Amino acid sequence: MSILEVKGVNKRFGGLQALGDVNLSVQENTVHAIIGPNGAGKSTLLNVLVGKLIPDSGSVMFDGQSVLGRKPHEIAQMGISRVFQTPEIFADLSVMENVLIPCFAKRDGAFKLHGIESVSTEAGIVEQAEKMLDEVNMLDKRNMTASAMSRGDKRRLEMAMCLVQEPRLLLLDEPTAGMARADTENTIQLLKDIRTQRGITMAIIEHDMNVVFSLAERITVLAQGTPLVEDTPDKIKDHPKVREAYLGEAQV
Amino acid sequence: MLGLNSRDFKLFIIVCIMALAAPILLNPFPTASALGESFNAGYPALMQRFVIFGILAIGFNILFGLTGYLSFGHAAFLGIGSYAAVWMFKLLSYNVVPAIILAVIVAGLFSVVIGYVSLRRSGIYFSILTLAFAQMAYQLAYSVFTPLTNGETGLQVYNDDPQILMGAGDPTVPHFFGITMNGQTQIDVSGWSFVFQNGYYLAAIFLIASFYLSIRIFRSPMGLMLRAIKSNQTRMSYVGLNTKPYMLAAFVISGMYAGLAGGLLAAMDPLTGAERMFWTASGEIVVMSVLGGVGTLIGPVLGAGLIKYLENIVSKINDSVLHNWFSFMPDFMDNFMVTLIHPFIGKGWHLTLGLLFMAVIIFLPGGLVQGGQKIMAKFGRNKNTDAKDGADTPAE
Repeated sequence: MSILEVKGVNKRFGGLQALGDVNLSVQENTVHAIIGPNGAGKSTLLNVLVGKLIPDSGSVMFDGQSVLGRKPHEIAQMGISRVFQTPEIFADLSVMENVLIPCFAKRDGAFKLHGIESVSTEAGIVEQAEKMLDEVNMLDKRNMTASAMSRGDKRRLEMAMCLVQEPRLLLLDEPTAGMARADTENTIQLLKDIRTQRGITMAIIEHDMNVVFSLAERITVLAQGTPLVEDTPDKIKDHPKVREAYLGEAQV
Repeated sequence: MLGLNSRDFKLFIIVCIMALAAPILLNPFPTASALGESFNAGYPALMQRFVIFGILAIGFNILFGLTGYLSFGHAAFLGIGSYAAVWMFKLLSYNVVPAIILAVIVAGLFSVVIGYVSLRRSGIYFSILTLAFAQMAYQLAYSVFTPLTNGETGLQVYNDDPQILMGAGDPTVPHFFGITMNGQTQIDVSGWSFVFQNGYYLAAIFLIASFYLSIRIFRSPMGLMLRAIKSNQTRMSYVGLNTKPYMLAAFVISGMYAGLAGGLLAAMDPLTGAERMFWTASGEIVVMSVLGGVGTLIGPVLGAGLIKYLENIVSKINDSVLHNWFSFMPDFMDNFMVTLIHPFIGKGWHLTLGLLFMAVIIFLPGGLVQGGQKIMAKFGRNKNTDAKDGADTPAE
């Protein structure tokens, strides 16, 4: 069953057609990669999915409900989480607080005025956050300020913040961009674990073919704002159109 | 204790003691001595200001300290609170209870509107919007709304005001169910005289309550959300949280604190004027917070105390006081010293404040609280310093 259904989405920036008639269907319980050369419209598509950009036409349905016109926090409350290219965490707060916040958001919704009782009295929430930190092996760093951590740990923390909300769809925007080899391998392993242990549907945008082919179950190739092909990784590897799109870029 | 962890509880107790014992603590020198005349701060009019501006700064800190949104128009809520309170005196009676309640409510209503509009923008644009609103409030109070504010004369209570709840024998000054605000008890102990004023204690109790509430807010999930807003708004919304209502709540709470402070100012002295809302008054609140330590619990209170202390003490020193101090020196040295210090005292107290402010910003960006922490670290004591540095600053 498809959990995310993108139909005929167009987006123009002035004279540039960033997305042209994009159709995409992400099946529940799969890892779906969206690849394509620079400027193919991958990030624009992602921004449409999370409500940061509103397309000129077309529809985006998540689990039978339209996403269009909703604010990012409303879409997040529907069950779509996003991991950013550069980890977006609460850098000034402690690791524990970073995870507590999504726990509150999950339980209390987008806004709740709870200004009197101390955070430490919320036993259920604290326990939930500790369990999550334990799962990503960060419990010993709980009191550390998030900004003091390594890039890899920040990514891990961001992932934990998303996972603790038990999202139905996890969007990953180049999760390994700019990472050292070792960190990339760790991230791949982390994503694989998430996939096998939690069965979360993921849509992943990535440049690194190594990452794509070790994770993806379906791949959509985007070029100049339009989906070129969609298939399994094995078929994509040898697809002439894909080779053309990528080789064309490589020769520059 | 009281729903606070042990560290916060200690801090709270220290604030309670300082607020309640201020008339004694702030009079370290014998009353008649030269030092006492110059530096004692334990007289009611000044202590009231410490406490009331302390409340203002605590509220401001909930907005600026937690969320990082710098409101440059907070004095408007102070002024609105004062006007509301004086109107209560004019219409009902001199009882301070309805006056203070209405001050808080009216300031709250105004902050909902001003906050709703201003919070559409962040950063410098937010500051400019709040500044614009505050200046508008000032100008309106000064001219257009003269029937409501009595323009440049200032709003005060006249004999022919309705005061419909006024009983025959009621005091003709602000009072708390008969206890007059300016009533006081003086206790003389061998050269020292300590003045315990009713009005001061009413304000001090409000300060203690305000401080307690602010600790609770700081430690609550809402406090956490507000700090998260300061840290990363993008992540906030992608986690599924709507930042707007949280910001508005913080803005309104701090506006109500300012309204309370304004109501208390009017309760101490039942008149008010537009100058209370002038933009320099808003700026002063910012300076208090930064001087004391933005985002710390006790910092803004210390900052408010320090500024009000300097304003009243340094501006009171004049050349003849200086000559008195340096009278032990030969005449030419005496004159030289007086000439040297002259620009920094009396009307020049702003110069002293400016230099102090620059020194704090450059050497102690964390404000007085950071200074206290450094001193504590030097002496190798435990890190529980947030509270301790209060002792060497005349503030509570």
